Amino acid sequence: MSSVAAIGTEHRLVFVRTAPAPSLPPPFASTGVIGWTRANLFGTPFNAVMTVLVVLLFIWVVPPLVRFLLVDAVWTGSDRQACLATVAHPEVGACWAFVREHLAYFTYGSYPIDGRWRVDIFFAMLAVGMGWLLWLNAPHRGLGALYFFGIFPIVSFFLLYGLPALGLEIVDTSRWGGLMVTVVVAAVGIVFSLPLGILLALGRRSHMPALKTVSVVFIEFVRGVPLVTVLFMASVMLPLFLPPAWSPDKLVRALVGVALFSSAYMAEVVRAGLQAIPRGQWEAASALGLGYWQTLRFVVLPPALRITIPNILNTYVGLFKDTTLVFFVGIYDFLKTIEAAREDPTWATPVTSVSGYAFAALFYFTCCYSMSRYATSIERRLGRSERR
Amino acid sequence: MTAMEAVDGGVASQMSRESAVEIRGLNKWFGEFQVLRDVDLTLRRGERIVVCGPSGSGKSTLIRCINGLEVFQKGDLVVDGIPLGNDVKNLAKVRREVGMVFQQFNLFPHLTVMENCTLAPINVRKIPQMQAEEIALKFLKRVRIPEQADKYPGQLSGGQQQRVAIARALCMSPKLMLFDEPTSALDPEMVKEVLDTMVQLAVDGMTMIVVTHEMGFARQVADRVVFMDAGQIVEINTPTEFFTHPQHERTKLFLSQILK
Repeated sequence: MSSVAAIGTEHRLVFVRTAPAPSLPPPFASTGVIGWTRANLFGTPFNAVMTVLVVLLFIWVVPPLVRFLLVDAVWTGSDRQACLATVAHPEVGACWAFVREHLAYFTYGSYPIDGRWRVDIFFAMLAVGMGWLLWLNAPHRGLGALYFFGIFPIVSFFLLYGLPALGLEIVDTSRWGGLMVTVVVAAVGIVFSLPLGILLALGRRSHMPALKTVSVVFIEFVRGVPLVTVLFMASVMLPLFLPPAWSPDKLVRALVGVALFSSAYMAEVVRAGLQAIPRGQWEAASALGLGYWQTLRFVVLPPALRITIPNILNTYVGLFKDTTLVFFVGIYDFLKTIEAAREDPTWATPVTSVSGYAFAALFYFTCCYSMSRYATSIERRLGRSERR
Repeated sequence: MTAMEAVDGGVASQMSRESAVEIRGLNKWFGEFQVLRDVDLTLRRGERIVVCGPSGSGKSTLIRCINGLEVFQKGDLVVDGIPLGNDVKNLAKVRREVGMVFQQFNLFPHLTVMENCTLAPINVRKIPQMQAEEIALKFLKRVRIPEQADKYPGQLSGGQQQRVAIARALCMSPKLMLFDEPTSALDPEMVKEVLDTMVQLAVDGMTMIVVTHEMGFARQVADRVVFMDAGQIVEINTPTEFFTHPQHERTKLFLSQILK
């Protein structure tokens, strides 16, 4: 009774609690592991059935997968003998020896062996640039952007294609292949689609009828056509209209196709961001005397792009997977090199193809999943700053 | 009303050089709908005008025409000796000399208070950053929130945001300030701090056109009160005359509703 002070008057007693009552323990089985399980896994009969089904699915899928990819997998060997079933070794899993043997081919394609260090430098430069830009608290991010969008593309072009003046011999793009081509196609798409997409989105919102019509027609046409069609048009139809001397390189044609294709999608993503900026922002900037491009640069684009970052990254994930389509026009990207290697007779076994495709799937999954995780973390970060 | 108009029209031609704003025969349509009908108005330098009227009467549209946020179809509009028409260069010149404060503040949410205030001076007037920040701090002191310079607009109260908006406009050292219902979006207890800032500005001699329903402010500060209805100016008078002897029936009705 010490927490309750009693103030007595003649006939009335007034009680005022001076300290909070001690809290009671929570009901049993509403906290901890049991509570969580009850609330989330077996809350309703339907929920319980779903939980059981999902657990069964896991039991059905996961152990064989682990056995194939890891336990029974063949890690070493120099030809098909290693990956064939024998009496001593009746179950054969993934033939990682095959992947290991061809890893250089998957990475560089037919790029000359003594020039592969150039590709390695390219990869290193790319990693530095991406790290710089993706790490949001990195120092000098403006410089990082200049490096990634200005210096890096030029240096990598000469590095990969060649610059005889500096002793880098020309390597024709038909010898490029593998991961390197996938990365080049994706990087070109990523670097060019955003600025082009911004311009198209602005064109679409423009008050100038000609500009608006051109943008709308371009965006809607490209969005209405599959990427494969765009690539075929770029690689088959373009040479028909241009004299052979003018006809650009096969890879360049595909790059232009991919960049234009993704810029149309990017335009729609950016347009959504632009529409989210209230008209008052434009008016306030105009009233202060800022011009159209100044308003865009300082007032409209920074918040518009910030809120679209998750969508931009989502478009990049799609773009990255779409790069595999360049193999239809005869470019040896990562997937195509696996496709070519699995027909290698020295490695002809029942598991070779599956191993190659599994490797490709793991590779694409790792890349795309990390991109979408990054997008999620950005989203969370933006959400935090919005709550401010 | 006719007497005022005669005075206005007669004097206007002689003092077009000295007038801050000169509006003659201004007409504007939104599609088929006419929002401004033959508006004539002259504002001398240093003069303060309060524009009032029922909603949809065209008062906001009128002041938005003065800095070119709205285009008009017919009439003449001269701001600080610069005729406003289709000439983009003149428009840019006018906007540099005319500051505007909006009902919804329209601060840039991704920039700090200081950056909001220095953006235009640095990029339009080409003032070096250090100097622009000094100027900004001076005006932030004038509106009594220098300590908020490094915060973002979202962290401030409505009244503080509107005072920042006033400071932002002042940083361009405008010759004329337009206020478009500056207190209408504010919580009641914040109206006063914004009005006090505006009164201070008027005392310092700023030329101002204020669209507002704050009749106390009109009484205290305005040289003339303009009453608009259905896109035209119904009555122009000194505040004392306007409030004590409104001439027009429409004005009487409006005042009876607003001054309950």
